[in-house]
Amino acid sequence: MKLSDRAEEILEALWLASEAGLNYLEMDEGEAFPPDLAYEELQRLALIEIRERRVYFRPEGREEGKRTIRRHRLAERLLMDILNIRGTRGDEKACQFEHLLREGVDSKICTILNHPATCPHGKEIPPGDCCLEARTKGDLGVVPLTELQAEEQGEIAYIQTEDNQKLRKLMAMGVLPGTEIKMIQNFPTYVFQLGFSEFAVDSQMAREIFVRKG
Amino acid sequence: MRECRGGIPGKTRPDAEKTRKILLVGNPNVGKSVLFNALTGAYSTVSNYPGTSVDVITGKAKLRSGPAEIVDTPGIYSLMPITGEERVARRILLENPGALVIHVIDARNLERMLAMTIQLIEAGLFVILVVNILDEAKRLGIRIDLAALERRLGIPVVGAVMKRKEGLRELRKAIDSYERDLAGPFPYSSQVEGDIGQVEELFKGSYTLSRRALALLLLQRDEEIADLVRREEKENYRIIETRVRELAYLRRGTFQLDLSLERKRLVSEIIKDVLVYTKRPGDDLAARISRLTIHPLLGIPLLAAIIYFGIYQFVGVFGAGVLVDLIEGGLFEGIINPWFEKTARLLIPWPLLEELFTGEYGLVTFALRYAFGIILPIVVTFFLFFSVLEDSGYFPRLALLSDRVFKVIGLSGRAVLPLVIGFGCGTMATVVTRTLETRRERIIATLLIALAIPCSAQLGVIVALLAQTKGALIVWAATVALVFLLVGLLTARVLPGREPIFYLEIPPLRLPQLSNILIKTLSRIKWYLLEILPIFLLVSVLMWFGKTIDVFHYLTRGAYFFLRYLDLPEESAVAFILGFFRRDYGAAGLYDLKSQGILDPRQLAVAAVTLTLFVPCVAQFMIMLKERGVMAASAIFLFVTLIAFGVGALANQALIYTGWL
Repeated sequence: MKLSDRAEEILEALWLASEAGLNYLEMDEGEAFPPDLAYEELQRLALIEIRERRVYFRPEGREEGKRTIRRHRLAERLLMDILNIRGTRGDEKACQFEHLLREGVDSKICTILNHPATCPHGKEIPPGDCCLEARTKGDLGVVPLTELQAEEQGEIAYIQTEDNQKLRKLMAMGVLPGTEIKMIQNFPTYVFQLGFSEFAVDSQMAREIFVRKG
Repeated sequence: MRECRGGIPGKTRPDAEKTRKILLVGNPNVGKSVLFNALTGAYSTVSNYPGTSVDVITGKAKLRSGPAEIVDTPGIYSLMPITGEERVARRILLENPGALVIHVIDARNLERMLAMTIQLIEAGLFVILVVNILDEAKRLGIRIDLAALERRLGIPVVGAVMKRKEGLRELRKAIDSYERDLAGPFPYSSQVEGDIGQVEELFKGSYTLSRRALALLLLQRDEEIADLVRREEKENYRIIETRVRELAYLRRGTFQLDLSLERKRLVSEIIKDVLVYTKRPGDDLAARISRLTIHPLLGIPLLAAIIYFGIYQFVGVFGAGVLVDLIEGGLFEGIINPWFEKTARLLIPWPLLEELFTGEYGLVTFALRYAFGIILPIVVTFFLFFSVLEDSGYFPRLALLSDRVFKVIGLSGRAVLPLVIGFGCGTMATVVTRTLETRRERIIATLLIALAIPCSAQLGVIVALLAQTKGALIVWAATVALVFLLVGLLTARVLPGREPIFYLEIPPLRLPQLSNILIKTLSRIKWYLLEILPIFLLVSVLMWFGKTIDVFHYLTRGAYFFLRYLDLPEESAVAFILGFFRRDYGAAGLYDLKSQGILDPRQLAVAAVTLTLFVPCVAQFMIMLKERGVMAASAIFLFVTLIAFGVGALANQALIYTGWL
C-alpha cells in the first residue's frame, strides 16, 4: 500500500492523538477548503472514518498508523545516532526521510540500529516483524562494549570512531572485528579480556567498540 | 607455506664485519628487560634518546662470535607508532641497518603478537623470535610447536622462560649463527598487494626497511616515514606522494583496518596446527586474585594497606627514620663530618675556602651529607618498594581504579604513578610525568606535583610541627586538598587540548623476582645520584657564595614584602628562602620559630599552607625546566608562587574572621 506523504502525516497525527489518550483527531478547519485529498484517500482505503469533522482510526488504519510512526521514529534514530544530525534540523530531515523507509527498508534500518525501542524523544517505537523475529531467535544484536555486563562475552563486530589515533590504539591492542571479547568488569573502568590478555579502557573508548553479544 | 610466500629461495645474514648491534623489541610486559639483563649482566647504561625524554637502555654482551651491543627499546605494538616511546623504538630500528632484531613475545598471546613479527619480517630485518613465558603458557594449557613456527616464519624461533634463563643458550646460539630465509614476504589480498606494488615501484633510494614495509607505512599516512622518504628521494618524492595520495583516497577510511585484518588472517594461517589451546582462559587462582585487585570496593582497602605498609612503614618509618638516623646521624655527624672538618682545618689555610667544604653549606657537610645521609636512604627504600609494586604488575591496576577520579582534574588513570611518587619525592615524580601521553596531561601533573603534593621530607616535618596545635593539621590538610582539587578542575577547563583517553594493558600479576628488583633499584639509584648529586653540589656552592656576600639578606627582605600580607613575621622569610633550596629545611625553619614562640597557631597554619604550596625545592625546579621547557616551567613557577601566597593571605583572613585558630 503506497500512501501519499500527506496521508501518512495524518495517520501519524492520529497515532500521536491516540498515544495522548484521544481516540479521534479534529480535522483542521483550514483543510476543508479546498478539500484535502489525503482524507479522501484514507477514507477510500478504509483506513479512517470521519464523523462530525472528527477523524477516527479503523482497525486496518491503526496498523498502518503504527507502521508509519515506526518509520518516522526510526528515521529520527538513524539521523541522530548514525548521521549525527540533531535538533530542529534533525526533526525536519526525519520528516522527509521517513517516507523513504517503506517496502522493507525500515526493517533493514531497524536491524542496523539493533531494534531500538524508543525514539530520541523517548517515545515508543512500535516493534516491527524484524524486532519480533530477533527476539524469538534470541539474537542480542550488536551493542557498544559499555552495554556488556561483567562475565558476558561476544565477538567484536566493528569499531566506530572518527579518531584515527584511537582506532590505531585499539587495533594495536588487538581489538579487531571478529575477535572474541569477554567483559571482566565495567566499573570504575571497562576491563575486558582478549585471548589471554586483559585491557582497561575508559568509557570514551568502550563506547566505540561494538560487540555482537553471544 | 614457503611456496605460497612466492619468494626467492635462499638464505641471508647480517654483515658480521660491522660492530654487532642487537635490538630487543616487543610489547611492554613480555620480559624484554629480563632478557636484557640475562644477556648483558647488570652492566647497563640508561640514556635519554636525543631530543626526547624517553629512556633507552644499552649494554654489552659477550658472545662466541664476538662482543655485541644490546639495546633495550621502549615497548612497541606495531611498526606504525602511536606514542612518543613507540616512535623512539622505531627510530632505533631505522637507524641501525644490519642490526639483529630480537622480537620478544609472550607465549600466552602468541596470536596477537605475531602480527608485529610479520611486520618485522616483511620489513626485511634480521629477526629472531623469542617466545617467552612458555611456562605460564603451558600452565594455561597452551601448546606451541616451535619448530613448525620456525619453518613457517622463515626465521629462528627460540622458546624461553627468561626469568629462569631457560632458552638463553639457544638464543645465544641463534645469534651466533644467524640466518634467515631470503624468501619473500607474506602475501596480502590482491588489492593490498596491488597498492603496495604501485608505490614500491617508484622508490629509487636505499633504506633500512624494505620498500614493501615503507610502501605500507606511507599508505597508512605515516608522517615520519614520509619525511624520511622525502629526504632520500628528493624530486622523485613528488611522484610517490601523488600516488600514495590517490591510493589513500581510494581506500579511505578502511586501509588501516583492512591491513590489520589481513595480518590477523595471515597469523591465523601461520598458527594453524602450531598453536593449540587445551583450556579456557581466566579461571585459575592467579586470575581470581587479579580480579580482587581491581574490584571497585575490595580494591580500595587493599590499596590502603599497600600504601600504609609500603610507603608509611617501610619508606617513612624505616627509611626516613631508622636508616636516616643511622647514616646521617651516626655515620656523617659522628664520623665523616668531624674527620673532614679536622682535615680541612689542617690543610686549608683560608677560612672562606674551608667553609666551602665543611661549613654550614659545605660540599661535604651539607651536600654529601644530605645526598647520601638523608636522600639516599629514603630513595633506596622508596625504589625498592616501587620496584616490587612495578614487577608485581600492580600499577596498571591502580591506574584503572583511579581513572574516573583523575578525569575530573584533566588527567587519566596513568597519572596515579607520578602523583603517588610525588609524596615520596617531587623531583622524581616530575621525571615520571614522562609516562603520560599528552603534553597537556604532563603539564597538569607537573603543576599539581609542584603545587599541592608535599614530599616525604616536608610531610614529616609539617605533621610534627602542626600536630601539637589543635585543629591546625586539619586546616592545613583541608586547604591543600582543596587547592589541589580546584586548581586541577580549573586547569582541566582552561588548558587547551583534548581530554585524555585511558587505555592500558593489564599484565598478569607476577611474583617479583628478587634479582630483578635489585638490579632495577640499583640502576635507578645510580641514575638518581647522577641526576641529583650535581644539583646538590651546585646548590651548596651557591649557598656558600650567597652567605659570603650576604645575598640572603636581600632575598629575605624580598620575601618579607609578600609575607607581610600573610601577617607573618620577618623571621619567617628565612624559612621560605631556605625552603626553596631544601624542602624540609623550610618546614624545619618554621619549627625553630615556633619553639621560640614567635608564631601563634594561626600564623603557623598559614605559614605551613603557604610553604607546602610554594615551589618545591631547587632540584625539582631544575627538573621542571629540563622536562617541560623554560616557558612552561617558568609559567608554572609563577602560577604556583601566586597561588601559594594568595591562598596563604586568604586562609589568614578566613581564620581571623572565623576565629578558628
